[in-house]
Amino acid sequence: MTASNIVVDGLTKSFHVAERRAGALGATVGLFRRRRRTIEALKGISFRLADGELLGLIGPNGAGKSTTIKILCGILEPSAGHCEVGGLVPWRERIRHVARIGAVFGQRTQLWWDLPVIESFELLRDIYRVPQARYRTTMDALISMLDLQRLLDTPVRQLSLGQRMRCEIAAAMLHEPRVLFLDEPTIGLDAVAKLAVRDFVKTLNRERGVTVILTTHDMHDVEALAERVIVIGNGSILADGSLSALRRGALAERRLLVFFANDIAPTEIPGASVRRWEGRSAELSFDPRVTSAHGLIAHVTSRFDVEDVHLDEPPIEEVIARFYALHAIDA
Amino acid sequence: MNTALRPYQAVFRARFSLLMQYRAAALAGFGTQCWWGAIKIMVLAAFFRGAGATPMTLRQAIDYIWLAQALLTLLPWSVDPDVARMVRSGDVGYDRLRPLDTYGFWYARAVARRTATPLLRAIPMVLTAGLLLPLLGLSEWALSPPAGWNAALLFAVSLVLVVALAAAVSTLMEIITVAALSERGVNMIMGGVVIVFSGNLIPLPLLPDWLQPFLQLQPFAGLLDTPLRIYSGLFSGSDAVIALGRQALWVMVLAAIGRAAMARVMARLQAQGG
Repeated sequence: MTASNIVVDGLTKSFHVAERRAGALGATVGLFRRRRRTIEALKGISFRLADGELLGLIGPNGAGKSTTIKILCGILEPSAGHCEVGGLVPWRERIRHVARIGAVFGQRTQLWWDLPVIESFELLRDIYRVPQARYRTTMDALISMLDLQRLLDTPVRQLSLGQRMRCEIAAAMLHEPRVLFLDEPTIGLDAVAKLAVRDFVKTLNRERGVTVILTTHDMHDVEALAERVIVIGNGSILADGSLSALRRGALAERRLLVFFANDIAPTEIPGASVRRWEGRSAELSFDPRVTSAHGLIAHVTSRFDVEDVHLDEPPIEEVIARFYALHAIDA
Repeated sequence: MNTALRPYQAVFRARFSLLMQYRAAALAGFGTQCWWGAIKIMVLAAFFRGAGATPMTLRQAIDYIWLAQALLTLLPWSVDPDVARMVRSGDVGYDRLRPLDTYGFWYARAVARRTATPLLRAIPMVLTAGLLLPLLGLSEWALSPPAGWNAALLFAVSLVLVVALAAAVSTLMEIITVAALSERGVNMIMGGVVIVFSGNLIPLPLLPDWLQPFLQLQPFAGLLDTPLRIYSGLFSGSDAVIALGRQALWVMVLAAIGRAAMARVMARLQAQGG
């Protein structure tokens, strides 16, 4: 394993928010005395990331994912704590740092709204001082990987969300950053566009060794991309590991779908609980640490006339929801 | 191309060419500005007829008005709507992702706005007031040529300083917009202040004598009054050079304030939404 590329140590960030009092009287009082509330967005976040890793950062809205990304990008200064990306402290050595990273915020745009896409790219080329020859090669690669050729001369405001997101990601990669931050890159995208974005990110990471930090609410993004997941809730790290470890810890159960040859009345099955039982099909859940899958299948097939069985895990959304519930976070 | 400046030139070029596309808006603005110019001149003419000794001649006042109308969009009296939108949407954070000095970045963008739009407006205005009106037999009400070759040269230098000063004021207004998260307060205050203290509403020479020292020291005179006084010969020789110096000084002071303010605002930047 290579040396840590990203080091985050005890990062905290608190915001001060002026509170409004209700009503006209409250507003008048507010002119003279402001009540300020402190919100602790991050309460000591620490992790390390090696060169070429792909990290999924998940957590409910307001958990602190975006704040973490914004600090790592050099946009925000933390209240306390330390972090380094490739040996640079983002907010202190901002200009050198941002020249080496790329970032996409799914709900924002970095393309110039009224300009054709290609002009935004050329402007970014000049802003990042990319030499023309280098720009040509990178651009050619990005155009073919993201299928951009037809979009280049279109003004950004005429692009669909999926088309725009492909252009946004290309814009973030023009200066060939070694680290890419993606904050909800698939938000609002249709299935096809999501797949295109995932494929591209996967290729960047696996084939070109780009380090990626990704936040998302779409657990399929995480399943498809991230070997490592950090769950943030209420400003703290709740879990850091693989998705399968998270699954084991939160919701280890497995599910057995059984299809009967004819209608069977619901009944008790030892070692499993019945989630659903409707005439010719039933869904049983069991804990694989207690009941073995083959034992359960043997029991069911010997007792009933079974046409088919299907072994499944709970969907990842359910696992995460259970995880939040276990940690008492409001999702 | 100088590589150190390449990004800033690129920002300027992109913004400039974008703003040059707004020709319909320029045409509409041109019509309004002609109309207002004509009304202001009629009011002033009536006022001059009844007055005894005046601090400037009617001829100089007419030139002042026409040029003020031509250079209207040079005045930083409102925040760039695109910047205001970026502040509201949070896209402004992207500007911090660029490997640029953010002040220089914004300043370059402001310079583009203070050159592209005025160019579109000033040229037809000057042609109309300076060439069309005499052709129509209205020379009495037309824009006359500068007071002399010297005046013309110093006027050109002063205009360059106007752009530099207007961009510094614009950038400062944008920084305040970021701090306040809204452009409305800035626009409300600056709209009035800039129009009055630059001399756009009433030519500054016509304001009371006891106010003149203050009017010349305040920064907004350098946005309009200074080049117009040079144009019509109200400032000449050392007076003109001192006035140019005051413009340059205000550019440096406001840029320094803007830079310091930006550092503070960016350090305290709070992103909404966690």
